[in-house]
Amino acid sequence: MAEITLNNVIKRYGKTEVVHGINLDIAHNEFVVLVGPSGCGKSTTLRMIAGLEDISDGAISIGSDVVNDLPPRKRNISMVFQNYALYPHMSVRENLGFGLKIAKHDDAVVTERVNEAAEILGLDELLERTPAELSGGQRQRVAMGRAIVRHPQAFLFDEPLSNLDAKLRVQMRTEIKKLHQKVKTTVVYVTHDQVEAMTLADRIVVMKDGYIEQVGTPMDVFNHPVNTFVASFIGSPPMNLLPAVIKGGQVVFVDGKSLPVPARLAACVTEGQEVIFGLRPDDLTPVGHGIAESGDSARMTLDVVLSEPLGTETILYTSIAGQEAQGKMFGPRNVTPGETLEFDIAMDKAHLFDAASGRSVRVD
Amino acid sequence: MNRSLRKQVGAVATWLLTFLLMVIICVPGLWVVLTAFRPNGEVLAKPPVWIPENPSLNNFAKIFGYGADQVAIPVPAYFANSLIIALTSTVIALLIGMSGGYAFARYRFRFKNGLFLGLMLSRTVPGIALSLPIFMIWSRIGLIDAKMGLIIVYVAMNVPFTIWLIDGFFRQIPKEMSEAAQVDGCTRWQAFWKIEFPLAKSGIASAGIFAFLTSWNEYALASNLTRSTDSKTLPVGLMDFTAQFTIDWAGMSAMAVIIIIPALILTFLVQKHLIAGLTFGGVKG
Repeated sequence: MAEITLNNVIKRYGKTEVVHGINLDIAHNEFVVLVGPSGCGKSTTLRMIAGLEDISDGAISIGSDVVNDLPPRKRNISMVFQNYALYPHMSVRENLGFGLKIAKHDDAVVTERVNEAAEILGLDELLERTPAELSGGQRQRVAMGRAIVRHPQAFLFDEPLSNLDAKLRVQMRTEIKKLHQKVKTTVVYVTHDQVEAMTLADRIVVMKDGYIEQVGTPMDVFNHPVNTFVASFIGSPPMNLLPAVIKGGQVVFVDGKSLPVPARLAACVTEGQEVIFGLRPDDLTPVGHGIAESGDSARMTLDVVLSEPLGTETILYTSIAGQEAQGKMFGPRNVTPGETLEFDIAMDKAHLFDAASGRSVRVD
Repeated sequence: MNRSLRKQVGAVATWLLTFLLMVIICVPGLWVVLTAFRPNGEVLAKPPVWIPENPSLNNFAKIFGYGADQVAIPVPAYFANSLIIALTSTVIALLIGMSGGYAFARYRFRFKNGLFLGLMLSRTVPGIALSLPIFMIWSRIGLIDAKMGLIIVYVAMNVPFTIWLIDGFFRQIPKEMSEAAQVDGCTRWQAFWKIEFPLAKSGIASAGIFAFLTSWNEYALASNLTRSTDSKTLPVGLMDFTAQFTIDWAGMSAMAVIIIIPALILTFLVQKHLIAGLTFGGVKG
């Protein structure tokens, strides 16, 4: 069993605190993705789990053991690095078997495990090559192979796909997911790409400035962001966030235009409260071009400034109360800049955040 | 003048200039080698004789004491001294250089930049400027005419350079390699020895050659600090060919060839390590 527990973990470099007492429970076999912008402390957290960074305070447990003072080699974990970190003077076979040889396994065991990993990852033909003779995707697979041969308690991935081109990234993402389903091990995966996070994770941990902002399943984080940061970070294109005030049961924007307060949030706001109205582009659609009929919808007439056709949908750039907003047109037709369209606003999907704290007004 | 003609003229001019530079560099060496095989009388002949008319190994035989007309110069003893001093000082300088270079490349510690700068500044002091103080100190602690005395001096001379060179090579190796090895089960030392050291081998070999050649060829300090066959090195031994009124140019050249050969062999042996780029492919590319 390899649960990973972070209990009030703090990391300081000199006097600068970069990770501020984070708490996280990762279940056995769970795929957890740490996601956040550069400098949010996600890689530092991963490196602390790996033992490559000392922790300044708190405790990290892997399985039932507190591993604070254990060196990486005694934590029984594997790690895939952003730049692969393959050993260039060794063949693929030697790279894969290196950890097993260090652990003094019999040659027969090494050969068997290396062949097993090579088969899982389709590396059979490449075993005698050196890393220099491999493509980016192949190197990535070798790095993953090196991680799985040791049958570790947990895999740690540090932005493993960020050096690959877009197409290969999608392909490797699928392979990583398949691999997890096959080897069933706890995975902690760090990325700044929210699409990777959404597609891979059992649970997403959104981090910012050394704090955990939200932990939840991808859909939970997408549908119920706890604050404006999570709302704007998860989802592409990002959620539209528009400042407004609650007046007489209406969300009144700065230009005086208004929408009714979403019914499900009516009890969560007070008269005169300054709020941020959040709406995903998927929920701002020209009439007749939405995904599904919304139970609680409102309408607004808006000018289209720019359109970006993507084939199955078109992203429409418009403006609400002087703020840029993006909508989507499903089942698209040609839209010319300057065209005025009537938009459906799915109020049952809309969000309200307190303007002062940035936190969602929803209490649940 | 059209473009292709201009290009050709440029190429020829470059070739000629390169050839001229190579001649300037090579002719003295060639002269020494040729002189080693000619009789002394031919050395100062006018007009000069470039190619020895009767090449022979007599000069080599003489300096090893096999000639009838020459008092033997203790070349084997000098050779052994040179070898012991150069090898020992190189090994020590490399060990310190590897540790220091690794520390500067991988660790953060107080006064790191200042220390590094200090080491580099020490290279700016001409060795000969230190000969008097070294002589005074060495004479008080009994290190004059001792191999150890020269070894210490050469280690001190070589360490800043080896640290600087090896530091650069370790910096080129991504630290993730060592981290990957540690996650794979290595101790820090194993990660160094099995991963980083093999990748920095070319740098360490280059540093070793430079350190060896510096010690092997050094004359000024060695001539101050050595007295007898106990510690005299080959370059100092060259002066044995000068008498009050004569210089045995041919014998001196033969000995110079003996000095050159080990350096050439060493460079030849390790030249493949001098070609860097071993780390290519291990990281993104």
